[in-house]
Formats: sequence, structure tokens, C-alpha cells
Amino acid sequence: MKILVCISKSPDTTSKIAFKDGNSKFDEDGVQYIVNPYDEWYALVRALELKEANGGSVSIITVGNASDEAIMRKALAIGADEAIRIDAEPTDAYYVGMQIAEYAKANAFDMVLTGKETINYNGSQVGGMIAEGMDLPFISLASKLDANGNTLTLETEIVGGLQIVEVETPVVVSCVKGMAEQRIPNMRGIMAARTKPLTVVPAADIAPLTVFENYTLPEAKSACKMIDPENMDELVALLHNEAKVI
Amino acid sequence: MATLVYINSENGLAKSAYEVVTYAKKLGDEVVVVTTGSQDDSTLAALGNYGASKVLVEKSVNGNDAQQLTRVIASAVELTSANTIVFSHDIIAKAVAPRLSVRLKAGLISGAIEAPNGSTIKVNVFSGKAFGNVSISSDKKIISLLPNSIQPEENGSACTVEGFEGNAGELKIKLIETKKPEGEIPLPEAELVVSAGRGLKGPENWGMVEDLAAELSAATACSRPVADIGWRPHHEHVGQTGVAIRPNLYIAAGISGAIQHLAGVNGSKVIVVINTDPEAPFFKAADYGILGDAFEVLPRLTEAVKKFKASN
Ligand SMILES: Cc1cc2nc3c(=O)[nH]c(=O)nc-3n(C[C@H](O)[C@H](O)[C@H](O)COP(=O)(O)OP(=O)(O)OC[C@H]3O[C@@H](n4cnc5c(N)ncnc54)[C@H](O)[C@@H]3O)c2cc1C
Ligand SMILES: Nc1ncnc2c1ncn2[C@@H]1O[C@H](COP(=O)(O)O)[C@@H](O)[C@H]1O
Repeated sequence: MKILVCISKSPDTTSKIAFKDGNSKFDEDGVQYIVNPYDEWYALVRALELKEANGGSVSIITVGNASDEAIMRKALAIGADEAIRIDAEPTDAYYVGMQIAEYAKANAFDMVLTGKETINYNGSQVGGMIAEGMDLPFISLASKLDANGNTLTLETEIVGGLQIVEVETPVVVSCVKGMAEQRIPNMRGIMAARTKPLTVVPAADIAPLTVFENYTLPEAKSACKMIDPENMDELVALLHNEAKVI
Repeated sequence: MATLVYINSENGLAKSAYEVVTYAKKLGDEVVVVTTGSQDDSTLAALGNYGASKVLVEKSVNGNDAQQLTRVIASAVELTSANTIVFSHDIIAKAVAPRLSVRLKAGLISGAIEAPNGSTIKVNVFSGKAFGNVSISSDKKIISLLPNSIQPEENGSACTVEGFEGNAGELKIKLIETKKPEGEIPLPEAELVVSAGRGLKGPENWGMVEDLAAELSAATACSRPVADIGWRPHHEHVGQTGVAIRPNLYIAAGISGAIQHLAGVNGSKVIVVINTDPEAPFFKAADYGILGDAFEVLPRLTEAVKKFKASN
């Protein structure tokens, strides 16, 4: 099975979030980038497990600049066979999704895996866009994925529960927790990653459809009101009369 | 010109349905709803009360295959010449709205968090640690609204309900089984949530959390380590790498309030924190704090809620 895993970068989860240029740009000063956790922990690791069990190959793809190659090397160190970087600023989800769809169509993958969402823009958009761009079924928010030949069995989140579905490859799948466990790259993996192929592909001509105009930070919370632990009647009264939530 | 709203009516109408119709009405154009399945007309007609003038029902499509739903909604867009399509930012929208965006070449903004207000739309970014104001450059626009972001507004009218044939195309995903725990409130839709963390010491102590949740008709949630060690099911894990929620009330017992946890709950209107450590970071994000032992405070709070309910 030939699998393509979409890898994006996100600021380390403890990063301080700040903006610059009149609040129009994310301030990257001092920000450490990591592989987006959903892409790494779930999509990539499950792809590797499927390859280990059934053979095939795992390629990773990132739409981004040369500076993204650090996180791509991490994905190679965890075990991917090759990396593709589409050389472009990832302006919006449509732009990213269409770039990946073009590449995947031309290279006949059995499966394209994405994370549930990027933890910076939290859009949950790119996976569905790739699927429509390729006219393939999209299995969204999958927490289990098993392959039997060309037939996949997946468990996915639905409103208020789970469902189990079957589908024939090729497909696009977005991955959530449950699918696999995080893998820490070992020294051998890190060494091998240095010499694995990382191909840079020019971007296709696609116009984005949305623009992030500017950003704002939430207002600081006013001081927390402390309540006597012996007096829960007071808390209930406050929640009813002051906060009006019960 | 119209605004088209997609609603999942499979299990009747959720509050989020009223929210999205109210939102669409505020955009100014006529509001038409599209839905699929076999819900009865009188239930659907209630959407008029929130501003819909018509509901289109594609009865032959059942289930939630994103590819089919996308084609059905695209047919409805053509039929109504809709320029804007509105979804609730739920599990179905996460699969369908991006597909529709590509199909119609319509820019998509997912997770709007307030009523329409000028040409940009406010969304959460960096897991709720900041907001972004986004605009759409294409003619056709798609917006999904985060649940619990606006109040439904009623107007006292009903609306017509019509059958409609969308071009659903082939169903490629075979449904084998559906598992829905009975009587549980789905976390993303819950208005009240009681959550607990490692401070509770073990799964056998979750009865106190469930008792309080039951008394409040709240959903239950937990921190990530608690789901990872298997004390609680994965779907209860909230935070940056779990579910993001924005209930009216979030009660957190025995959770330290790490930045990754806060990222999933900082949209909550009111936060109550119960912790034995005065230095716990969660107090900085809380509206009401209780410095105390969850093992004593939770049962006491449950009793207080019981008493309050009896006298109201
Ligand atoms: C990349 C990444 C992503 C992450 N994503 C998430 C996420 O999505 N969600 C998430 O929750 N975490 C996430 N984490 C983990 C996060 O950093 C914290 O480790 C985690 O939230 C801590 O869980 P906790 O508060 O339950 O446990 P602890 O940090 O162990 O805190 C327990 C708290 O309980 C209090 N306590 C102890 N006894 C009592 C008592 N009897 N009564 C009352 N209080 C008591 C203690 O004072 C303490 O504050 C992530 C971490 C990383 C690195
Ligand atoms: N720039 C990118 N390059 C490659 N994959 C991406 C990129 N951005 C997003 N993705 C993939 O799409 C998923 C959903 O992203 P989003 O729609 O931004 O929430 C992510 O989890 C990644 O798997």
C-alpha cells in the first residue's frame, strides 16, 4: 500500500502567542516548531504500522518553506521513507489542499492521511478539501483504521458516538486519538533521516479563497472570586444570580 | 439571492440548529434550510420561528456520507441561487464544508464565534489562545458557526417544508455499525460540563463527578493524562489535543490547568476551579475558585445543587 501523510508544523504547545506588524502576522520570535501532534502521533504512526504489517511505502508531504524541513526530517526519523515539500507559503487551507490534491493525483496513492486539525488554525479543512479535489471518499475523524487488501475498516466519531464503516481504497482519512501511539525517534532513525530523499516540488498555480486580516488576543480574565469550600450554597447562588449559568 | 443553511435533523433538532438559522437570518437574505432523512415536517417547520422561510428535505438520502451530502447541498445551492452557506461547526460540517468549498470554489471560514459583524469573521486560532479576523475573497462564501456562540432568536413564525431531489450520486462508504451510548450528552454540545483530572487519584472516584453532572444535567470531561491511563474514555479528553468545548459552565476538579488543557476550555463562559494547590495555574483562568479537597467539595456541591433545585 502506497500511503501519503500530510504533515504540518505548529508552534510548540507551550509557545507564547503574540502578533506583530499591526497584529497582522504571527510573531515567530522565539517560537519552537513541532510536528502538528495529530499528524505525527496518529496519522504518521498508523501509516508506519500499516506498512510494517502489509508492506508498501510511506511518503510525507508538507506545503511550506525551506524552514519547514526541520519538522519534515523529524517525520523521516520516526520512519517515513521519503518527504515531499511543495515550495510555497501555506496561505490558506484551500491553497494547501489543492496543492496536495494535485500532487497526490499525479502520484497514485492508495491512501492520503491527514491530522484532525492543525493546532494553530484549527480549521479541520485541508483533509476534506483534498478529498473533493481528488473526487475520493473522505473518512473524517477516524480513531481506528485497519486494512484488508484494498478494503479499509474504520471507526470514526459521529455526533454523540462512533460508527464503523468500510470503504475501498483510494481514500482520504483524517486521524484522531486512538489510532496509534506516539513514537519517539531513536538515534538510528535520526541518522537515517539525514540521507532519506526530500524532494522539493514547485507549487501549482492556485489562488487562495480566504485571508487572515488580523489577530486579537483575549482580554485578561478579571480576578478569580474565591469561595469558602464549606459553603457550596454560596457558589450555587452565585452561579444562578451573578453568572446566570444555572 | 438566499442564504442556505445545512442542518442535520437525524435526531430531531438540536439547539445548534436554531443557532445557525438565527445566524443566517442576521446576514440579511432569505434563509432556506436544507436537510436529509425522514424527520417529520412539523418538527422541521419550527425552524421558521428562527428565521427560515423554507426547508428543503432530500428524503432519499440517509446517513452522513460527506461525499453524498456535499452533492445534495450543492444541488440546493443551485436551486436557491444561494451565495452564502452556513453550517454548525460539528462533526458533519468538518467533513462536508471543506468538500463543498472546493466543489463551489467558495471560501470557507470554519468556527465563527460571534454574530455577523462587518466583512470579517472572528474565529479562534492557536486553540483559543487568540482570535483571527478572516475575510473571504470568493463570491460564494461558506461559514461554519461554533456551537454555543450565539443565542437563538425567535420570531413566532413557521415555515414551509418541501421535498427536494438533490443529485446525491453513488454511496461509497458502507456503514457497518453505529455505537451511541444511551442518554449521554455529547460533549461539544453540552451547556454545562463537569470535568476532573489526576487530582481524583483513580477511576473508582469518578462517582462524585458523575453525581454532580447528573444533578446539573451536565456532560462529563477529563484531562488528557486521565484518558491516556484509561481512567476515562478518550472522547472525554478536552484540550489542545482533545475536544475543544465552550460550555456556559465548566467545573474543573483536580486539574492543574496546564496551557494545553486551557486551550480546549478557555472559550467557556464561566469557569469554576476546585484544587488543593493555591498555586495551580487554573485559578488564573477561573471565575470562581475553591481552594479545597475535591473529595469533600464535589459531594457538598452536589448537595447544594440538589437543595437549590428543590427550592426553585
Ligand atoms: C503536546 C501536548 C499536548 C497536550 N494536550 C493536552 C490536552 O489536550 N488536554 C490536557 O488536559 N492536557 C494536555 N496535555 C498535558 C498537560 O500539559 C498536563 O500534563 C495535563 O493537563 C495535566 O493533567 P491534570 O491537571 O489532570 O494532572 P496534574 O497536572 O497532575 O494536576 C493534578 C491537579 O490536581 C490537584 N489535586 C490533587 N489532589 C487534589 C484533591 N484532592 N482535590 C483537588 N485537587 C487536587 C493538584 O493540585 C494538581 O493541580 C498536553 C501536553 C503536551 C506536551
Ligand atoms: N501546510 C500543510 N502541509 C501539509 N499538510 C497540511 C498543511 N496544513 C494542514 N495540513 C494537513 O491538514 C490537516 C488539517 O489541517 P487544518 O485544515 O489546517 O486544520 C493537518 O492535520 C495536516 O495533516
